[in-house]
Amino acid sequence: MNCLRNRIALLVGSLLLMIAPVSADNADKEEGKIDVQEIVLGHTGDAHEWHITTWGETHISIPLPVIFMANDGSWHCFSSARFHHSKDGKYEGFYIPSEGENNGKICEVVNGQEQTVKLDISLTKNVVQLWIIVLLMLFIFIGCARWYRNKRADSDAPKGFVGFIEMFVMMVNDDIIKACIGEKHYKRFAPYLLTAFFFIFLSNLIGLVPIFPGGANLTGNLAVTLVLALFTFLAINIFGNKEYWLDIFWPKVPTWLKCPVPMMPVIELFGIFTKPFALMVRLFANIFAGHAIVLSLTCVIFITCQLGALIGSGLSFVSVVMMIFMDCLELLVAFIQAYVFTMLSAVFIGLAHQEEHEEHSADTPANIQIQR
Amino acid sequence: MPSFLTPDPGLLFWMLIAFLVVFILLAKYGFPIITGMVEKRKQFIDESLSSAREANEKLANIKAECQSLLKEAQERQSQILKEATQTSNQIIAESKEKAQEEAARIIEDARRQIQAETEKAQRDIRSQVADLSLQIAGKILSREMQKEEEQDRWIDQVLSQIPNS
Repeated sequence: MNCLRNRIALLVGSLLLMIAPVSADNADKEEGKIDVQEIVLGHTGDAHEWHITTWGETHISIPLPVIFMANDGSWHCFSSARFHHSKDGKYEGFYIPSEGENNGKICEVVNGQEQTVKLDISLTKNVVQLWIIVLLMLFIFIGCARWYRNKRADSDAPKGFVGFIEMFVMMVNDDIIKACIGEKHYKRFAPYLLTAFFFIFLSNLIGLVPIFPGGANLTGNLAVTLVLALFTFLAINIFGNKEYWLDIFWPKVPTWLKCPVPMMPVIELFGIFTKPFALMVRLFANIFAGHAIVLSLTCVIFITCQLGALIGSGLSFVSVVMMIFMDCLELLVAFIQAYVFTMLSAVFIGLAHQEEHEEHSADTPANIQIQR
Repeated sequence: MPSFLTPDPGLLFWMLIAFLVVFILLAKYGFPIITGMVEKRKQFIDESLSSAREANEKLANIKAECQSLLKEAQERQSQILKEATQTSNQIIAESKEKAQEEAARIIEDARRQIQAETEKAQRDIRSQVADLSLQIAGKILSREMQKEEEQDRWIDQVLSQIPNS
């Protein structure tokens, strides 16, 4: 959500009562017309460079490395800044169209037709953001774990940052993971769920920071939540016990529901996939929507400013208030979504480890519907 | 379909790697150490608490024991004191009695001796007086009897006295 430039413009503009209805964001658009959809999608999507701001006609952005396999099978690796160095935006025949179906993707012309490259594993904005979060997590948690070296059980409890992290980790560990999976099995899944929780939480938080090293819409990207949901799917189904599979293929329902026509088993089998799918979509949609709302509210300022100074400043004020409210709400959502993802993952894993004597009522399709 | 709904294979690939890396590293060097240490500390605290409780109980027992010992000692002390007083009183009383008896006996002895001495002295005096009086009487008689008439008169006198006695 690279809306810093918008906010700078907003602040300056609000102070000067919006003398010039010119947005820095759409300086390159004709007649200052604002395409809200493009701004929102552009900022929530991925990019091959990390755009920081546009000052007048100058784009200030961090070029990121581009790595891809072209359609002829050859690998290419160069800085994305090279696209801007040539006049037509092409480098070695590759270019990034700014509109059309392949907007934002690396393309080449094959047999006179525009085609995207075969496999693009460039270090895009989201990928760089991803690695920043990974490094941050490693730094925080391995740093905290190192504190415990040469410490014994009777040493003093940590204070300050390490104490805070310890408290946070134990909160997630005890109140979410242990509570949802159960005392007996939770230990095996705790590292994954803790990693998932803090990954989502940190990504959500850093996604709210509008400037580098934050601002990429990582957890609001389907690819990221897809991988997280995939890990949860694997954690549920690889370690599921006999009762779990029995519950799916031979659930405790009247026989006519499962014998000639395996209605319930099909529904249950479907449920295996809907559970992680719901996790994936929930996280993605929540974070994406939050970013989209904040960006849209930012766009309101520039749209209203075109209507005139007075209306513009009045509505801008309303918009700023709304934006502050939304950002606060997003802080809350950042935690809640991490919490919900971890908790539901833990619940699903817990359901896959039910003992025989326990009630299986929680695993009915009706409940899955509720959980979605 | 909008572009944000189609997962980008590049990001998918990187996410898979990045998440695996962070998961493996943190699962090995991060979270288990933190949670393990907290578990250990919790166990230690639990143990400390239970041992403290035990110690407290022991202390309370010891205190109670002390109290009972003290009480017992006090009781004994008072008993001993009482006995001692009793004994001393008894001894004093006994000795008093003995002393009185002794005194009485000594006094009695003394009295008896005095009496004996007195009697003896009286007897001595009496015999001496008798002797003396006899000697005197003899001397007087011998002098008186030198005259005949005197002798006769005396015999008469004595003879006159006999029927009277």
